[in-house]
Amino acid sequence: MSEVLFMKGNEALAEAAIRAGLDAYFGYPITPQSEILEYLTAQIPKRGGVVLQAESEVAAINMIYGAAGAGSRVMTTTSSPGFSLMQEGISYIASAQLPCLLANVVRGGPGLGTIQPSQGDYFQATKGGGHGDYYMIVLAPSTVQEMADFVYLGFDLADKYRTPVMILADGALGQGMEKVTFPDYDPAARKIAKPWATTGKTPDRERNVITSLYLQPEKMEELNLVLQKKYNTIRQNEILWEEYLTDDAEVLFTAFGLAARIVRKTIQLAREKGIKAGLFRPKTVWPFPYKCLNELAHQVDLIQDIELNAGQMVEDVRLGVEGATPVFFHGRMGGMIPTPEEVLEKMEANLATVRGRNGRPKEDVR
Amino acid sequence: MAKVKGEVKIAIETCKGCELCIHECPQETLVMSDELNQRGYHYAVVAIDNCTGCTNCALVCPDACITVYREQRGKKKLVAQLSNITENVTITIDGR
Amino acid sequence: MSEKGTVVAEKASEMDLVYCRPESLLDVRMHYCPGCGHTTTHKILMEVIDQLNIQEETIGVAPVGCAVLAYEYLNVDMHQAAHGRATAVATGIKAVQPDKYVFTYQGDGDLAAIGTAETIHSANRGENFLIIFINNGIYGMTGGQMAPTTPIGEKTATSPYGRDKKTAGAPIDITNLLAQLPGTFYATRQAVHSANAVRKTKKALIKAFEYQKLDKGLCIVEVVSNCPSGWKLTPYESNEWMKEHMMTIYPLGDIKTPSKEDLLS
Repeated sequence: MSEVLFMKGNEALAEAAIRAGLDAYFGYPITPQSEILEYLTAQIPKRGGVVLQAESEVAAINMIYGAAGAGSRVMTTTSSPGFSLMQEGISYIASAQLPCLLANVVRGGPGLGTIQPSQGDYFQATKGGGHGDYYMIVLAPSTVQEMADFVYLGFDLADKYRTPVMILADGALGQGMEKVTFPDYDPAARKIAKPWATTGKTPDRERNVITSLYLQPEKMEELNLVLQKKYNTIRQNEILWEEYLTDDAEVLFTAFGLAARIVRKTIQLAREKGIKAGLFRPKTVWPFPYKCLNELAHQVDLIQDIELNAGQMVEDVRLGVEGATPVFFHGRMGGMIPTPEEVLEKMEANLATVRGRNGRPKEDVR
Repeated sequence: MAKVKGEVKIAIETCKGCELCIHECPQETLVMSDELNQRGYHYAVVAIDNCTGCTNCALVCPDACITVYREQRGKKKLVAQLSNITENVTITIDGR
Repeated sequence: MSEKGTVVAEKASEMDLVYCRPESLLDVRMHYCPGCGHTTTHKILMEVIDQLNIQEETIGVAPVGCAVLAYEYLNVDMHQAAHGRATAVATGIKAVQPDKYVFTYQGDGDLAAIGTAETIHSANRGENFLIIFINNGIYGMTGGQMAPTTPIGEKTATSPYGRDKKTAGAPIDITNLLAQLPGTFYATRQAVHSANAVRKTKKALIKAFEYQKLDKGLCIVEVVSNCPSGWKLTPYESNEWMKEHMMTIYPLGDIKTPSKEDLLS
């Protein structure tokens, strides 16, 4: 049985990365995730590997680009403004089909924003973020334990699909302390051959070229088709979600990450009042579990989406629900976190609207 | 002392007609052709058989079109090892 | 069978081969304009790699700019970087492949404008790779716009009345700047417009690759180069113009060389 430790989410993520066989980390300090760089600069010299504090997030992501291209297991982490700076590099990495793990410990925005937790980067994370047609696999942890678990999963998915994978966390998950255990994981056993890597052209092979440049449109489209085929395979195979008390649910909450933790408490309060509420929590927000959500949508009177933003995942929720039931949104922004009571109150008001009228349910209101 | 005898071979289809070799040749061995190659460039050609094999033209040739040979007194020696052709071939010759 | 193969085979019976296309330069036509210094630099870079017999241990980083397609010609493992980020990419490669020879190949826009932060900090960290810096004082790829290294008064597509020092500043001597940093081990400025210049540049490149074995810091070989198309001159005229207008502000020669103690310690 693994040891139970009490750690910050940021530290758990960093520790998991080392245990998952991290070869190199490049990063730049930014609140609320600097503990990751701090932890790694303290641990890696003792435990092997490379850790480098870059001169910017732009440099960090391009160091990742180089080291991933050279066949190593690499990671960088940052927070919202830093993640915006990395977008160009991520687009190159996606196009060149290189595996790497990225984490965005999201803070409130837009602009320099605040250092308090937020989920305002959902669009950026799940809809591409940088230029061109690409996606990343996006894992959304809800606990410190998942901050660790998704590191192993993320690295393995990145290698499996030769694609950047990101962990979409937030300031509270990064800073909050919880108990965590680390699974038995043998990085050597998971290591896969990377014959495409720039490790020096040996006589037995052609030179390896890592590039995202295809001047001929025919070739560029060909690459795009390869990417899209890969994304479809990921959509089919890698969707993860969690359901909580959905079997008898008449009211369904949708939430990811930190918001889902608040909703769990709300569900308890609702059930105490006799309202059968449940939770649908995507663990992969890309690919989004549209189909599974759609099945649930038919059994409930309404869906109440809760996010720490102005309504981003709710667009995917509506795509999944396809009008099967009314979808309501409630969110707080700028680092504010809704209370379980506040969430309950919003849901009850919406439920009254839906049930109180015998005719058509009211149009969804934001 | 007699001048060393040299010879250049120019890959005319690779030549882009930049003329840098002509300006660099101390012997004025090279001139531009009247004809065009398939890409539409005039190319460098040998006008006078007075090459000394100094390699200046080849060194400045951006597109590596020029191969240079030089007569040399000496013993049997290895002059080139070719691995870009189907089989590895080593050529040795007798010096005169 | 390639042309050079034929040539050598038929001539070898009479004379010694003294110069031919380097084996590690792929046998394809390069896209560069006639007389461009990029082409010559590609050629001698591969001559040096062949001479040192390090093709298997070399990883190159191509920039954005005219040399964006360098990986089409250089028969070594290559990584194409985003504009200005070549030294960051090289930092990443060298970090995980410390025993390999790593070089970046960058123009003045890539290295001295958009990539200045990465360039300076790579040097400051004493990254143990080689920067080959082609300085022709113009953006060739995008059609002849002003570069940070463009001489004062020079007319370009974006300085149609000539570079004005008041608004655009003076041309930046980035190699000299880098030489001031302790992390820079070897900084030299060379050219490829004449046979002698080519010989010197080859020597500089050989030194720079050999220094990489010592793990002492960054090496930069600047090549003051021409841009016949951008300058709207013939290749020969562009070289003459370069001597007069570029080499006066970017004089050729070593800028920083390691001392004997540096080499021995």
